[in-house]
Amino acid sequence: MEAFTTHTGRALPLRRSDVDTDQIIPSDWLKRIERTGFGAGLFAEWRSDPSFVLNQAAYDGATILLAGPNFGSGSSREHAVWALQDYGFRAVIAPKFADIFRGNSLGNGLLTVVLPVETVDALLAAVEADPATEITVDLGAREVRGGGVLAPFELDDFTRWRLLEGLDDVGLTLRHADAITSFEQTRPAWLPTTTPG
Amino acid sequence: MPSEASTGPGRTLAEKVWDAHVVRRADGEPDLLYIDLHLVHEVTSPQAFEALRLAGRPVRRPDLTIATEDHNVPTTDTLLPIADPVSRAQVEALRKNTADFGVRLHPMNDPEQGIVHVVGPQLGLTQPGMTVVCGDSHTATHGAFGALAFGIGTSQVEHVLATQTLPQGRPKTMAITVGGALPDGVSAKDLILAIIAEIGTGGGQGYVLEYRGEAVRALSMEGRMTVCNMSIEAGARAGMIAPDETTFAFLKGRPHAPKGADWDAAVAYWRTLATDEDAAFDREVIIDAAALTPFVTWGTNPGQGSPLGADVPDPASFADPGARAAAERALTYMGLTAGTPLREIAVDTVFIGSCTNGRLSDLRTAADILRGRRVADGVRVLVVPGSMRVKADAEAEGLDDVFRAAGAEWRSAGCSMCLGMNPDTLKPGERSASTSNRNFEGRQGQGGRTHLVSPEVAAATAVTGRLSAPTDL
Repeated sequence: MEAFTTHTGRALPLRRSDVDTDQIIPSDWLKRIERTGFGAGLFAEWRSDPSFVLNQAAYDGATILLAGPNFGSGSSREHAVWALQDYGFRAVIAPKFADIFRGNSLGNGLLTVVLPVETVDALLAAVEADPATEITVDLGAREVRGGGVLAPFELDDFTRWRLLEGLDDVGLTLRHADAITSFEQTRPAWLPTTTPG
Repeated sequence: MPSEASTGPGRTLAEKVWDAHVVRRADGEPDLLYIDLHLVHEVTSPQAFEALRLAGRPVRRPDLTIATEDHNVPTTDTLLPIADPVSRAQVEALRKNTADFGVRLHPMNDPEQGIVHVVGPQLGLTQPGMTVVCGDSHTATHGAFGALAFGIGTSQVEHVLATQTLPQGRPKTMAITVGGALPDGVSAKDLILAIIAEIGTGGGQGYVLEYRGEAVRALSMEGRMTVCNMSIEAGARAGMIAPDETTFAFLKGRPHAPKGADWDAAVAYWRTLATDEDAAFDREVIIDAAALTPFVTWGTNPGQGSPLGADVPDPASFADPGARAAAERALTYMGLTAGTPLREIAVDTVFIGSCTNGRLSDLRTAADILRGRRVADGVRVLVVPGSMRVKADAEAEGLDDVFRAAGAEWRSAGCSMCLGMNPDTLKPGERSASTSNRNFEGRQGQGGRTHLVSPEVAAATAVTGRLSAPTDL
């Protein structure tokens, strides 16, 4: 996983709630077996509308996405995170994220930042008024700065540490392989296996 | 992160299952949970297997892992190679990966192939008290057995393949108590659509839902699976129902259910799982089953639904500005006008199937309504069994003949038009009544418009060509 410490960049204002992962990356794109190249499919259907915010030149090169509540709802497709990262986003700021999307994003080094609705609204307004507005997402200090906003955000210490160090969960868990083996010895014998019987 | 979940002295069903699977607990870290069953399909697994290959890691427990082909598979001409080369490559990747890593696979045309969430319960692999994961958000389906079952992303698929565990923060618990009895003609699907409309698409975030109460106890296992299946549509990763005699009767004799003395030991344990009377939930929602009617969606998320007897709502009637804007957008996308009676909405497609409503009882319900009737002119009706086993069982009862005689298409098993990764899609502007789980923009095909309905409403709608209940026939 790519480490995340602090990031400063311009932001894309996506004033929509309940942005589901089918919108972030439509299912046609899920047929690919690679992990890269999904940026071209990001918001594919909405991008066919020339007025869609992602098509506005003023926001070219934005690296922070500002969105409404319940971002990333629906399908568990991690491809949604890969698409956002491949397109160039390093962080998403919203009042609320769907659980599976949040887990996927934090597992991949895409920092999802939860801020109160009013704070996100203030950031949206600042970025809409001046697309050149720079915003800093500082994981070390757990705060967002820019656009007239200085806002702390919450993230548990363990997840923060993993992101700052760019640590991979599988590697961390395999340090506890002995505990897994011990646990396996306590499982009831009647639990099913998938071995054809 | 571990949190102070329940404050009562007793424990909830979810807490009992959770506690029984903690491999490692440390302050300030998520619990490391053991996973009893890992279901795999072709869409969310290729990058996970590739990562194992790159790291030189094996699958730790291939004997707790099972794969099936479902999302991409065509539902016609299944003996021919898959026409779409990208879909074909993905299915072939699953075949290679499962062969290389020693994982059991049910490929297309295998008698046990089907939608992953139909296959697990059907084989008796899903049992009470287990932890079940899959790279698919509808994994909550398995919670109908009193299992803790939730969807995961591809990196977590890799994690489970490599370690048979997952680090997870302890969720909060929410009781959804459904008192009374569902009226005739009101099904499990209507119930869950009404629950989602009540708590909202994000209302379940951070929670495991437990569906309880008289109306839930009265549901069949199929109905319970329909309810738990759509927990994610309320934002909850998992939904559960305590196991009882209905659960045990469903499991007994299935290929992977315990046998003999093992069965007795298992049932004795399963009986201990129900939520203790003195357990406390973090949140409780009460629903009156008797007040429910057939329920349909009018918008572009599963929470945008109303009773079939209602009108398309006026966005101005929503107090919350976000909900109002979302309703406005939804009506524009759906091509609907506020105030139109939902019963006047004409469809050109009806889809009966999916992990929500593609089981034998769903097909029986739809067939009972279509028997001796004809599909309305100009309406295309796809009936897609959830698994090849469901298909065979339905054919043994002659349900395929009923559907064909009514003018519906009888297909082979797969996810099909639920998400249109195979050739079964809506064209731009087409409108469906669908027994599936998501009405997102473009979900069933770019520009397609979806109304989520029960099998009863789907079958009645097929006959009239407009959103209808069986009582309208």
